Amino acid sequence: MVWLYLVLGIPFLFSPIVPLLHKKFTPKIHTGWFVLWIPLLIFFAFLSTIPTLSSGEIIALSLPWIPSYDINITLLIDGLSLIFGLLISGVGFLVILYSIYYLSKHKEALHNFYIYLLLFMGAMLGVVLSDNIFTLYVFWEMTSISSFLLIAYWFEREKSRSGARKSLLITVFGGLAMLAGFILLTMMTDTHSIREMIHSLGEIHSHSLFLPAMVLILIGAFTKSAQFPFSIWLPDAMEAPTPVSAYLHSATMVKAGIYLVARLTPVFGGGEVWFWLVSGIGLVTLLYGSFNAIRQTDLKALLAYSTISQLGLIMSLLGLGSAALALDAGNAKTAYALAIFTALFHLVNHSTFKGCLFMVVGIIDHETGTRDIRKLGGLMHIMPISFTLALIGSLSMAGLPPFNGFLSKELFFTAVLNASEISLLIPVLAWIASILTFVYCMIMVFRTFTGQPKHKLGKQAHEAPLGMLIPPIVLAALVVILFFFPNVLVQYVLAPAWAAVLPPLAQEGLLTVHVSPWHGVTPELLMTLGVIVFGLILYKTLKKWQKLYRTYPQALTLNHIYETSLERMESLSLSLTKRYMTGSLRDYLIYILTFIIVAVGGAMVFSKGIVFDPSLDASFSIYELALLAAMVISAVTVLLAQTRLTSVVAVGSLGFLVVFFFVLFRAPDLALTQLVVETITTVLFLLCFYHLPKLKKENTPLPTKVVNGLVSLAIGIVMTMVALSANGNPLPESISGYYENAYELAGAKNIVNAILVDFRGFDTMLEILVLSMAGLGVYTLIKLRMAGGKENERS
Amino acid sequence: METLMAIVIGILFTIGTYLILSKILLRVILGTSIIGHGINLLILTMGGLKKGGPPLLGLKESFFTDPLPQALLLTAIVINFATTALFLVLSYRTYNVLGTDDLEELRGCDDE
Repeated sequence: MVWLYLVLGIPFLFSPIVPLLHKKFTPKIHTGWFVLWIPLLIFFAFLSTIPTLSSGEIIALSLPWIPSYDINITLLIDGLSLIFGLLISGVGFLVILYSIYYLSKHKEALHNFYIYLLLFMGAMLGVVLSDNIFTLYVFWEMTSISSFLLIAYWFEREKSRSGARKSLLITVFGGLAMLAGFILLTMMTDTHSIREMIHSLGEIHSHSLFLPAMVLILIGAFTKSAQFPFSIWLPDAMEAPTPVSAYLHSATMVKAGIYLVARLTPVFGGGEVWFWLVSGIGLVTLLYGSFNAIRQTDLKALLAYSTISQLGLIMSLLGLGSAALALDAGNAKTAYALAIFTALFHLVNHSTFKGCLFMVVGIIDHETGTRDIRKLGGLMHIMPISFTLALIGSLSMAGLPPFNGFLSKELFFTAVLNASEISLLIPVLAWIASILTFVYCMIMVFRTFTGQPKHKLGKQAHEAPLGMLIPPIVLAALVVILFFFPNVLVQYVLAPAWAAVLPPLAQEGLLTVHVSPWHGVTPELLMTLGVIVFGLILYKTLKKWQKLYRTYPQALTLNHIYETSLERMESLSLSLTKRYMTGSLRDYLIYILTFIIVAVGGAMVFSKGIVFDPSLDASFSIYELALLAAMVISAVTVLLAQTRLTSVVAVGSLGFLVVFFFVLFRAPDLALTQLVVETITTVLFLLCFYHLPKLKKENTPLPTKVVNGLVSLAIGIVMTMVALSANGNPLPESISGYYENAYELAGAKNIVNAILVDFRGFDTMLEILVLSMAGLGVYTLIKLRMAGGKENERS
Repeated sequence: METLMAIVIGILFTIGTYLILSKILLRVILGTSIIGHGINLLILTMGGLKKGGPPLLGLKESFFTDPLPQALLLTAIVINFATTALFLVLSYRTYNVLGTDDLEELRGCDDE
C-alpha cells in the first residue's frame, strides 16, 4: 500500500520535468500529452482500493514529517476520500485531454499551464487524503496558490489579474480563519488526527472553544466553496482558461469546502448551531446563485452562478443531514441521514454535468469567438454535437429525467420535505430555487442554440474537432448512465462515503438506500412537475420580469461592497500613514519622548515606586550650591541665547563647571579627561559655527512651543523622579570594595585606571574602537566628494 | 546633596530636550551635549556622593569614593566626545551640500 504515497507524489515530482519536455518537443508534440497519463494512473490507483473500501475497511498510511510536533503526512483513504480522489483524477484526465485541443501549442506558454495544473492536482489530492489537519491546511493553501496562478494564466489581461487577486484574497482569508479554527480544535482534542478527533468526541461539545473553532473552520469552508457572502470571487475567476474553470471551479476546488464540512460533520455535527449555519447558508447561497444566474449574459458567468447555487444545495443537504447525529434511532434519523447521501450523490452528479457544460461553453467560445448570449443564436444546426451535450447537461442540471440530476433533485426534495417539520420555509425556498435553476438552464440552451444565426460572429462557426468533443461526451454519457444504473455507484463508492460522514449510524447498520428513477406518484414528483410548469411560464415571460433586476440598487451588490471596502481600506491606511509619518524629526522625537514619559512615568506612578527620602543625602557646602546655580544659569543661557557664539560659549562653560564637580567629588581622572574633552569640543563647535549660518530667529508657532515645553518639562520631571527614587530605595552593597585590592591584584595604585585597563579592559578596547571609527568618519565626511555632489557644494 | 543634584539633572534634561526639539541643527547638537552632561552627573550621583578620599591607594585614606562609576563615566565621556565630533562634522557637511541647517527643510522627498 506504500505505493499510494506515489499517487500523491507523482504530480509534484513530475511538474519540474514538464518544462524540460516542453522545451524539447514544442511545437512538434503538445506538452499536454506528456501529462495525460498521470491522472489516469491515479484514477486506476483509486479504483484498485474499491474492493478494500466497500468491505468497510479503510486504508491509512503515515509518513513522519515533523514528528516532534506530531505533524505527519498521514494518508487516509475512506469512502469520502475515494469519491473526491476519483473525481479529481477522472475529471482531471478529461480536462487535460480537453486542454490539449483547447490551448494552442504555438501561442500559449504550455509548460506554465501544466505545472500549475499538476501542482493543483497534487494539492487537491493532498487535501482530500490528509488525516492530519495541519498537513491538510498546507495542501489547502497550495490549492489557493495554484488556483491563483491558473486564474491569472493570461496575466497580460487586466481582468485576469484582478480576478486572481480577488480569489486569492478571499480564499486565503478563509484559509487563515480555518487555520485558527484548527488550532483551537487541537487545543480541545489534543490530537492532530481527524480520525482520533472523531473517536475522542463527547466532552468537546461543551468546551468553551467549541463554537469559535466551528465558526472559524466554517468560514474557511464557505470561502473556498463560494458560499454566500463569499461567493463573489467565483464569477470573476471565469477569466481563467476554460479547462481551468471546468476543473477547478466546477468539479474540484470549490468542493474542498464541501469536503471539509462533510469530513468534520462527525466532529461538529449534531448541534443546532452547525445545523442552522450550514443548512441556512447553503439555502441562501442556493437561492442567491440561481437568482443571479438568470441575469448573466456571459455563458461562463451564468455557469459560475449556477455552480454557486448547486454548491449551496449540497451544503444545505450536509447541514440537514447533520441532524441525524442528534436524533434517537427511528425513521426520522434515517430520513435525515439520507440527506447526507443525497449531498454526496449530487456532488458526483454536479461534477459530471457541470464539467460537461463548461467544456461545451469552451467549445462555443473557441469556435465562434464569443461567450455573450446576446451575440449567439442558431448554433443548433452548425454544432449539433455540442448542442446535444449542452442539452443533456442542462436538463440534468434542471433536474429532469432521464438524467442523473433528476435522481439527486428528487432526493433533495425528499430531504427538504422531511425537514419541513423543522421549518416550512426550507422546502419552499428549495422549490423556488429549483424553478429559477430550471429557467437559467433553459436560457443557456435555447438562447445559444436556437433562433436565428447572427452574422456578427468573429469566426466562421463550425463544429469542434473530435478530440475536444470526447471529454464532454464521456461526461454526458456518465450523466445518462448514472440515471439508469445509479446503484453500482451507490454500492461501491457512495455507501462507504456515507458511512465515513456518519460513522455512528454506519455502525448501527442504518445506512441503506436503493436509488431508483421511478418510485410512484410522490410529493417529490409533483414538485418536479411544478418546477417544470412554473419554470416554463417564467422562461416565456422572461422579458417582462427581467426588469426586476435593474431595480436592485448597485450600491448593495456584494461586489460593490467588496470593491469599495478595499478602496476605503487602502485610502484609510494611506491617510493614516501620511498623518503620522510626517518626515519631520521633531514629530518623531515627540512620539519617542511621549512614549518614554508615559511608560516610565506611568510605571513609576502605578507601581508606587516614587520614593523621596532626603535623610540619606550627603551634606553640601556653599561651594557646591554656587556651582549648581552657575550650571543652571549657563544651561538657561543656552536656551535663551540669540547668537551662535553665546550658546556655544554657554555650553562650554557648562562643561567646565562639570569639571569642577568632578574635582569636588574626588574624581581626578574624570576632571582631567573632561577638561581636555570639553576644550576640544568647544573648539570644534567654534569651528563649525564659523561655517554654519547665523542663528535664525526661530519663528516657531506658539502651540508647537508649548508642546515642546511641556514634553521637555515632563522629561525633566521623570528623570528627577527616577534619580530621587533610585537614591531613596535601599540598594544592595556596592561591589566596589573588591577593586580596592587593585594593588594586590593588578599592581596599580590608581583604582580607576586599574578598572579601565585591567579589571574591565574590554570596555576600553571597544571605546578606542569607537573613537577611531568616529575619527575615520570625520575624515571621510570632510574629504570624500561623491560624484555629482560638486555642483551643490559651495565650500 | 543628592536631592539637589536630582533637580539640577532634571533641569539639564528639560533644557536639552527642548533644544533637541528645535528646528536648527546646531541647537540640536548643543541639546545632545547638555543631555550628555546630565547623564554623566546622573551616573556619578547614583553611585553615591558620600565623601571619601579619591580612589588612589597611595594616599592612605581609610575609605574611598566609589571608583566604578568613575570608570564607567570615563568611558562615557570619551564616547560622547566621539559622537559629538562626528555629529558636528556631519552638520557642517549637511550645510555644505544642501545649503540649509533648518530641519524642516531637510525633510526629504515625498516618495520616502
